[in-house]
Amino acid sequence: MITALTILLTCQLAGEIAVRLVGLPVPGPVAGMVFLLAGMALYGRIPQILRDTATGLLSHLSLLFVPAGVGVILHFERIGTEWLALTAALLLSTWATIAVSALVFTGVSKRVGAGDPDEADIP
Amino acid sequence: MSDELANPLGEIWVYLSATPLLWLTATLAAYLIGFTLFERLRRNPVVQPVAVAVAILVVVLLASGTDYDTYFDGAQFVHFLLGPATVALAVPLYAQAKRVKRSLLPMAAALLAGSFTAAASALAIALMLGASRESILSLAPKSVTTPVAMGIAEKIGGLPSLTAVLVILTGIVGAMTATPLLNLLGLKDHAARGFAVGVASHGIGTARAFQVSELAGAFAGIAMGLNALATAIIVPLLVRVLG
Repeated sequence: MITALTILLTCQLAGEIAVRLVGLPVPGPVAGMVFLLAGMALYGRIPQILRDTATGLLSHLSLLFVPAGVGVILHFERIGTEWLALTAALLLSTWATIAVSALVFTGVSKRVGAGDPDEADIP
Repeated sequence: MSDELANPLGEIWVYLSATPLLWLTATLAAYLIGFTLFERLRRNPVVQPVAVAVAILVVVLLASGTDYDTYFDGAQFVHFLLGPATVALAVPLYAQAKRVKRSLLPMAAALLAGSFTAAASALAIALMLGASRESILSLAPKSVTTPVAMGIAEKIGGLPSLTAVLVILTGIVGAMTATPLLNLLGLKDHAARGFAVGVASHGIGTARAFQVSELAGAFAGIAMGLNALATAIIVPLLVRVLG
Protein backbone atom coordinates (compact mmCIF):
# COMPACT_ATOMS: atom_id res chain seq x y z
CA MET A 1 0.00 0.00 0.00
CA ILE A 2 2.89 2.36 0.79
CA THR A 3 4.40 1.72 -2.64
CA ALA A 4 1.09 2.43 -4.34
CA LEU A 5 0.46 5.60 -2.30
CA THR A 6 3.96 6.80 -3.10
CA ILE A 7 3.34 6.24 -6.81
CA LEU A 8 0.03 8.12 -6.64
CA LEU A 9 1.46 11.05 -4.66
CA THR A 10 4.54 11.26 -6.89
CA CYS A 11 2.32 11.48 -9.98
CA GLN A 12 0.21 14.16 -8.31
CA LEU A 13 3.31 16.12 -7.32
CA ALA A 14 4.69 15.85 -10.86
CA GLY A 15 1.29 16.99 -12.14
CA GLU A 16 1.19 20.04 -9.85
CA ILE A 17 4.72 21.01 -10.91
CA ALA A 18 4.00 20.46 -14.61
CA VAL A 19 0.81 22.57 -14.74
CA ARG A 20 2.59 25.44 -12.99
CA LEU A 21 5.66 25.24 -15.22
CA VAL A 22 3.64 25.18 -18.44
CA GLY A 23 0.73 27.33 -17.20
CA LEU A 24 -1.95 24.80 -18.21
CA PRO A 25 -5.57 25.36 -17.14
CA VAL A 26 -5.73 21.69 -16.00
CA PRO A 27 -5.75 20.89 -12.29
CA GLY A 28 -2.58 19.20 -11.04
CA PRO A 29 -4.19 15.85 -10.10
CA VAL A 30 -5.65 15.53 -13.62
CA ALA A 31 -2.17 16.01 -15.09
CA GLY A 32 -0.96 13.45 -12.51
CA MET A 33 -3.57 11.00 -13.83
CA VAL A 34 -2.15 11.46 -17.34
CA PHE A 35 1.37 10.79 -16.02
CA LEU A 36 0.24 7.58 -14.29
CA LEU A 37 -1.52 6.50 -17.47
CA ALA A 38 1.67 7.11 -19.47
CA GLY A 39 3.67 5.20 -16.86
CA MET A 40 1.39 2.15 -17.09
CA ALA A 41 1.48 2.32 -20.89
CA LEU A 42 5.30 2.17 -20.74
CA TYR A 43 5.22 -0.62 -18.14
CA GLY A 44 2.70 -2.51 -20.23
CA ARG A 45 0.28 -3.48 -17.45
CA ILE A 46 -1.23 -2.41 -14.14
CA PRO A 47 0.94 -3.41 -11.14
CA GLN A 48 -1.20 -5.49 -8.75
CA ILE A 49 -0.46 -3.34 -5.66
CA LEU A 50 -1.53 -0.24 -7.56
CA ARG A 51 -4.73 -1.90 -8.72
CA ASP A 52 -5.65 -2.88 -5.15
CA THR A 53 -5.00 0.57 -3.67
CA ALA A 54 -6.73 2.38 -6.55
CA THR A 55 -9.78 0.13 -6.23
CA GLY A 56 -9.89 0.74 -2.47
CA LEU A 57 -9.60 4.51 -2.85
CA LEU A 58 -12.15 4.72 -5.68
CA SER A 59 -14.73 2.43 -4.11
CA HIS A 60 -15.35 5.12 -1.49
CA LEU A 61 -14.68 8.15 -3.66
CA SER A 62 -17.79 9.94 -2.40
CA LEU A 63 -16.43 9.95 1.19
CA LEU A 64 -13.77 12.41 0.04
CA PHE A 65 -16.46 15.00 -0.82
CA VAL A 66 -17.97 15.03 2.67
CA PRO A 67 -15.70 17.74 4.21
CA ALA A 68 -16.43 20.22 1.38
CA GLY A 69 -20.14 19.34 1.53
CA VAL A 70 -20.34 20.20 5.23
CA GLY A 71 -19.41 23.73 4.09
CA VAL A 72 -23.14 24.11 3.39
CA ILE A 73 -23.23 25.30 7.01
CA LEU A 74 -21.62 28.58 5.89
CA HIS A 75 -24.34 29.32 3.34
CA PHE A 76 -27.67 28.56 5.01
CA GLU A 77 -28.81 32.18 4.80
CA ARG A 78 -28.15 32.54 1.08
CA ILE A 79 -29.68 29.14 0.33
CA GLY A 80 -32.72 30.16 2.38
CA THR A 81 -33.39 33.25 0.30
CA GLU A 82 -32.41 31.83 -3.11
CA TRP A 83 -33.49 28.22 -2.70
CA LEU A 84 -35.89 28.20 -5.66
CA ALA A 85 -33.40 29.48 -8.23
CA LEU A 86 -30.58 27.30 -6.86
CA THR A 87 -32.68 24.13 -6.66
CA ALA A 88 -34.17 24.61 -10.13
CA ALA A 89 -30.76 25.35 -11.64
CA LEU A 90 -29.11 22.34 -9.97
CA LEU A 91 -31.83 19.82 -10.84
CA LEU A 92 -32.67 20.91 -14.40
CA SER A 93 -29.10 21.64 -15.40
CA THR A 94 -27.82 18.31 -14.09
CA TRP A 95 -30.58 16.37 -15.84
CA ALA A 96 -30.06 18.29 -19.09
CA THR A 97 -26.31 17.63 -18.91
CA ILE A 98 -26.72 13.89 -18.35
CA ALA A 99 -29.29 13.59 -21.15
CA VAL A 100 -27.34 15.69 -23.68
CA SER A 101 -24.00 13.96 -22.97
CA ALA A 102 -25.44 10.44 -23.14
CA LEU A 103 -27.49 11.11 -26.28
CA VAL A 104 -24.59 12.78 -28.11
CA PHE A 105 -22.22 9.97 -27.09
CA THR A 106 -24.63 7.29 -28.31
CA GLY A 107 -25.48 9.20 -31.51
CA VAL A 108 -21.86 9.71 -32.53
CA SER A 109 -20.99 6.13 -31.49
CA LYS A 110 -23.57 4.73 -33.88
CA ARG A 111 -22.41 6.99 -36.68
CA VAL A 112 -18.73 6.01 -36.42
CA GLY A 113 -19.44 2.41 -35.41
CA ALA A 114 -17.72 2.64 -32.02
CA GLY A 115 -20.79 1.78 -30.04
CA ASP A 116 -21.59 -1.93 -30.18
CA PRO A 117 -23.17 -1.78 -26.72
CA ASP A 118 -23.93 -5.46 -26.85
CA GLU A 119 -20.30 -6.46 -27.06
CA ALA A 120 -19.20 -7.84 -23.70
CA ASP A 121 -16.51 -5.43 -22.60
CA ILE A 122 -17.51 -5.67 -18.97
CA PRO A 123 -15.12 -8.03 -17.19
CA MET B 1 -24.98 18.66 36.14
CA SER B 2 -22.67 19.17 39.12
CA ASP B 3 -19.40 21.05 38.77
CA GLU B 4 -17.39 17.97 39.62
CA LEU B 5 -18.86 16.13 36.67
CA ALA B 6 -18.99 19.10 34.32
CA ASN B 7 -15.35 20.07 34.68
CA PRO B 8 -13.63 16.88 33.56
CA LEU B 9 -16.09 16.55 30.68
CA GLY B 10 -15.49 20.16 29.79
CA GLU B 11 -11.75 19.60 29.86
CA ILE B 12 -12.01 16.56 27.62
CA TRP B 13 -14.15 18.57 25.20
CA VAL B 14 -11.62 21.41 25.16
CA TYR B 15 -8.86 18.93 24.41
CA LEU B 16 -10.78 17.03 21.73
CA SER B 17 -12.13 20.07 19.95
CA ALA B 18 -8.59 21.37 19.54
CA THR B 19 -7.20 18.25 17.84
CA PRO B 20 -7.93 16.99 14.33
CA LEU B 21 -8.79 13.55 15.75
CA LEU B 22 -12.38 14.30 16.72
CA TRP B 23 -13.67 15.68 13.42
CA LEU B 24 -11.66 13.27 11.32
CA THR B 25 -13.26 10.38 13.21
CA ALA B 26 -16.69 12.00 13.04
CA THR B 27 -16.38 12.38 9.24
CA LEU B 28 -15.53 8.70 8.76
CA ALA B 29 -18.21 7.56 11.21
CA ALA B 30 -20.91 9.72 9.56
CA TYR B 31 -20.00 8.35 6.14
CA LEU B 32 -20.04 4.80 7.51
CA ILE B 33 -23.57 5.35 8.83
CA GLY B 34 -24.59 6.64 5.38
CA PHE B 35 -22.92 3.72 3.63
CA THR B 36 -24.48 1.13 5.95
CA LEU B 37 -27.90 2.66 5.32
CA PHE B 38 -27.23 2.50 1.57
CA GLU B 39 -26.27 -1.19 1.80
CA ARG B 40 -29.27 -2.03 4.01
CA LEU B 41 -31.63 -0.43 1.49
CA ARG B 42 -30.21 -2.65 -1.26
CA ARG B 43 -27.93 0.00 -2.71
CA ASN B 44 -30.81 2.26 -3.65
CA PRO B 45 -29.13 5.30 -5.30
CA VAL B 46 -31.63 7.62 -3.58
CA VAL B 47 -29.75 7.02 -0.31
CA GLN B 48 -26.47 8.74 -1.08
CA PRO B 49 -23.90 8.07 1.70
CA VAL B 50 -22.37 11.50 1.13
CA ALA B 51 -25.75 13.24 1.63
CA VAL B 52 -26.46 11.29 4.81
CA ALA B 53 -22.96 12.05 6.13
CA VAL B 54 -23.21 15.77 5.41
CA ALA B 55 -26.65 15.96 7.10
CA ILE B 56 -25.40 14.17 10.22
CA LEU B 57 -22.28 16.32 10.49
CA VAL B 58 -24.19 19.58 9.99
CA VAL B 59 -26.55 18.67 12.83
CA VAL B 60 -23.64 17.69 15.09
CA LEU B 61 -21.69 20.89 14.32
CA LEU B 62 -24.74 23.08 14.95
CA ALA B 63 -25.64 21.23 18.15
CA SER B 64 -22.10 21.47 19.53
CA GLY B 65 -21.57 25.06 18.39
CA THR B 66 -18.50 24.09 16.36
CA ASP B 67 -17.53 26.35 13.48
CA TYR B 68 -16.60 25.08 10.02
CA ASP B 69 -12.92 26.02 10.28
CA THR B 70 -12.51 23.89 13.40
CA TYR B 71 -14.30 21.02 11.69
CA PHE B 72 -12.17 21.35 8.57
CA ASP B 73 -8.92 21.23 10.56
CA GLY B 74 -9.75 17.58 11.20
CA ALA B 75 -11.61 16.77 8.00
CA GLN B 76 -8.90 18.18 5.73
CA PHE B 77 -7.09 14.83 5.79
CA VAL B 78 -10.05 13.24 4.03
CA HIS B 79 -10.40 16.23 1.70
CA PHE B 80 -6.73 15.92 0.77
CA LEU B 81 -7.24 12.39 -0.61
CA LEU B 82 -9.29 13.83 -3.50
CA GLY B 83 -5.96 14.51 -5.23
CA PRO B 84 -4.47 10.98 -5.10
CA ALA B 85 -7.93 9.53 -5.86
CA THR B 86 -8.09 11.60 -9.05
CA VAL B 87 -4.65 10.25 -10.03
CA ALA B 88 -5.87 6.71 -9.25
CA LEU B 89 -8.60 7.08 -11.91
CA ALA B 90 -5.82 6.23 -14.38
CA VAL B 91 -6.05 2.59 -13.25
CA PRO B 92 -9.64 1.78 -14.38
CA LEU B 93 -9.03 3.99 -17.39
CA TYR B 94 -6.02 1.91 -18.43
CA ALA B 95 -7.95 -1.30 -17.79
CA GLN B 96 -10.59 -0.10 -20.30
CA ALA B 97 -8.04 1.37 -22.73
CA LYS B 98 -9.25 -0.67 -25.72
CA ARG B 99 -12.81 0.56 -25.42
CA VAL B 100 -11.68 4.12 -24.65
CA LYS B 101 -9.54 4.25 -27.82
CA ARG B 102 -12.49 3.15 -29.92
CA SER B 103 -14.69 5.85 -28.39
CA LEU B 104 -12.50 8.93 -28.83
CA LEU B 105 -14.88 10.69 -31.21
CA PRO B 106 -18.10 10.07 -29.22
CA MET B 107 -16.23 11.19 -26.09
CA ALA B 108 -15.04 14.45 -27.63
CA ALA B 109 -18.52 15.29 -28.96
CA ALA B 110 -20.29 14.37 -25.70
CA LEU B 111 -17.74 16.33 -23.66
CA LEU B 112 -18.20 19.55 -25.62
CA ALA B 113 -22.01 19.27 -25.69
CA GLY B 114 -22.25 18.24 -22.04
CA SER B 115 -19.80 20.76 -20.65
CA PHE B 116 -21.53 23.62 -22.51
CA THR B 117 -24.99 22.41 -21.43
CA ALA B 118 -23.91 22.18 -17.78
CA ALA B 119 -22.62 25.75 -17.58
CA ALA B 120 -25.06 27.48 -19.95
CA SER B 121 -28.24 25.89 -18.55
CA ALA B 122 -27.26 26.59 -14.94
CA LEU B 123 -26.48 30.24 -15.77
CA ALA B 124 -29.70 30.67 -17.77
CA ILE B 125 -32.02 29.10 -15.19
CA ALA B 126 -30.50 30.96 -12.24
CA LEU B 127 -30.60 34.23 -14.18
CA MET B 128 -34.26 33.75 -15.13
CA LEU B 129 -35.26 32.95 -11.56
CA GLY B 130 -33.54 36.04 -10.23
CA ALA B 131 -30.61 34.60 -8.30
CA SER B 132 -27.95 37.05 -7.13
CA ARG B 133 -24.91 37.65 -9.31
CA GLU B 134 -22.59 35.93 -6.82
CA SER B 135 -24.80 32.84 -6.72
CA ILE B 136 -25.04 32.67 -10.51
CA LEU B 137 -21.28 32.89 -10.92
CA SER B 138 -20.78 30.30 -8.16
CA LEU B 139 -23.15 27.94 -10.00
CA ALA B 140 -21.40 28.04 -13.38
CA PRO B 141 -18.63 25.47 -12.65
CA LYS B 142 -20.92 23.17 -10.56
CA SER B 143 -20.33 20.04 -12.68
CA VAL B 144 -16.58 19.71 -12.11
CA THR B 145 -14.73 18.27 -9.17
CA THR B 146 -14.44 20.46 -6.03
CA PRO B 147 -10.88 21.88 -6.15
CA VAL B 148 -11.16 22.75 -9.85
CA ALA B 149 -14.63 24.29 -9.51
CA MET B 150 -13.47 26.43 -6.57
CA GLY B 151 -10.53 27.70 -8.63
CA ILE B 152 -12.81 28.63 -11.54
CA ALA B 153 -15.34 30.34 -9.23
CA GLU B 154 -12.62 32.46 -7.73
CA LYS B 155 -11.41 33.52 -11.18
CA ILE B 156 -14.86 34.63 -12.42
CA GLY B 157 -16.00 36.36 -9.21
CA GLY B 158 -18.10 33.66 -7.53
CA LEU B 159 -17.78 32.46 -3.94
CA PRO B 160 -15.48 29.40 -3.83
CA SER B 161 -16.99 27.97 -0.62
CA LEU B 162 -20.53 28.29 -2.05
CA THR B 163 -19.32 26.64 -5.26
CA ALA B 164 -17.97 23.71 -3.24
CA VAL B 165 -21.43 23.16 -1.74
CA LEU B 166 -23.19 23.48 -5.12
CA VAL B 167 -20.69 21.02 -6.60
CA ILE B 168 -21.47 18.43 -3.92
CA LEU B 169 -25.23 18.96 -4.34
CA THR B 170 -24.87 18.53 -8.12
CA GLY B 171 -22.96 15.30 -7.52
CA ILE B 172 -25.67 14.02 -5.19
CA VAL B 173 -28.45 14.90 -7.67
CA GLY B 174 -26.57 13.16 -10.49
CA ALA B 175 -25.80 10.06 -8.46
CA MET B 176 -29.41 9.75 -7.25
CA THR B 177 -31.17 10.30 -10.55
CA ALA B 178 -28.84 9.22 -13.36
CA THR B 179 -29.95 5.56 -13.43
CA PRO B 180 -33.71 6.22 -13.77
CA LEU B 181 -33.11 9.13 -16.17
CA LEU B 182 -30.87 7.09 -18.48
CA ASN B 183 -33.30 4.16 -18.34
CA LEU B 184 -36.07 6.57 -19.35
CA LEU B 185 -33.98 7.61 -22.37
CA GLY B 186 -33.54 3.93 -23.24
CA LEU B 187 -29.73 4.08 -23.33
CA LYS B 188 -28.00 0.77 -22.62
CA ASP B 189 -24.34 1.43 -23.47
CA HIS B 190 -22.46 1.56 -20.16
CA ALA B 191 -19.73 3.67 -21.74
CA ALA B 192 -22.24 6.37 -22.74
CA ARG B 193 -24.07 6.17 -19.42
CA GLY B 194 -20.89 6.41 -17.37
CA PHE B 195 -19.50 9.22 -19.48
CA ALA B 196 -22.69 11.29 -19.11
CA VAL B 197 -22.72 10.88 -15.33
CA GLY B 198 -19.04 11.85 -15.12
CA VAL B 199 -19.56 15.01 -17.20
CA ALA B 200 -22.63 16.11 -15.20
CA SER B 201 -21.67 15.12 -11.69
CA HIS B 202 -17.89 14.58 -11.36
CA GLY B 203 -16.54 12.32 -8.60
CA ILE B 204 -19.80 11.60 -6.78
CA GLY B 205 -21.35 10.55 -10.10
CA THR B 206 -18.20 8.54 -10.83
CA ALA B 207 -18.48 6.76 -7.48
CA ARG B 208 -22.06 5.85 -8.43
CA ALA B 209 -20.95 4.66 -11.89
CA PHE B 210 -18.36 2.33 -10.33
CA GLN B 211 -21.18 0.75 -8.31
CA VAL B 212 -22.87 -0.14 -11.60
CA SER B 213 -19.89 -1.47 -13.57
CA GLU B 214 -16.16 -0.99 -14.09
CA LEU B 215 -16.83 0.10 -17.67
CA ALA B 216 -19.27 2.81 -16.57
CA GLY B 217 -16.87 3.87 -13.81
CA ALA B 218 -13.89 4.13 -16.16
CA PHE B 219 -15.82 6.31 -18.59
CA ALA B 220 -17.20 8.44 -15.76
CA GLY B 221 -13.67 8.94 -14.45
CA ILE B 222 -12.30 10.04 -17.80
CA ALA B 223 -15.31 12.33 -18.32
CA MET B 224 -14.70 13.92 -14.93
CA GLY B 225 -11.04 14.56 -15.80
CA LEU B 226 -11.80 15.90 -19.28
CA ASN B 227 -14.66 18.08 -18.05
CA ALA B 228 -12.39 19.71 -15.48
CA LEU B 229 -10.31 20.82 -18.44
CA ALA B 230 -13.23 21.80 -20.70
CA THR B 231 -15.07 23.74 -17.98
CA ALA B 232 -11.93 25.68 -17.04
CA ILE B 233 -11.95 26.99 -20.62
CA ILE B 234 -15.71 27.23 -21.36
CA VAL B 235 -17.01 28.89 -18.17
CA PRO B 236 -14.78 32.01 -18.20
CA LEU B 237 -15.60 32.48 -21.92
CA LEU B 238 -19.33 32.08 -21.30
CA VAL B 239 -19.28 34.53 -18.40
CA ARG B 240 -17.42 37.08 -20.52
CA VAL B 241 -19.97 36.73 -23.35
CA LEU B 242 -22.90 37.16 -20.94
CA GLY B 243 -21.21 40.12 -19.28
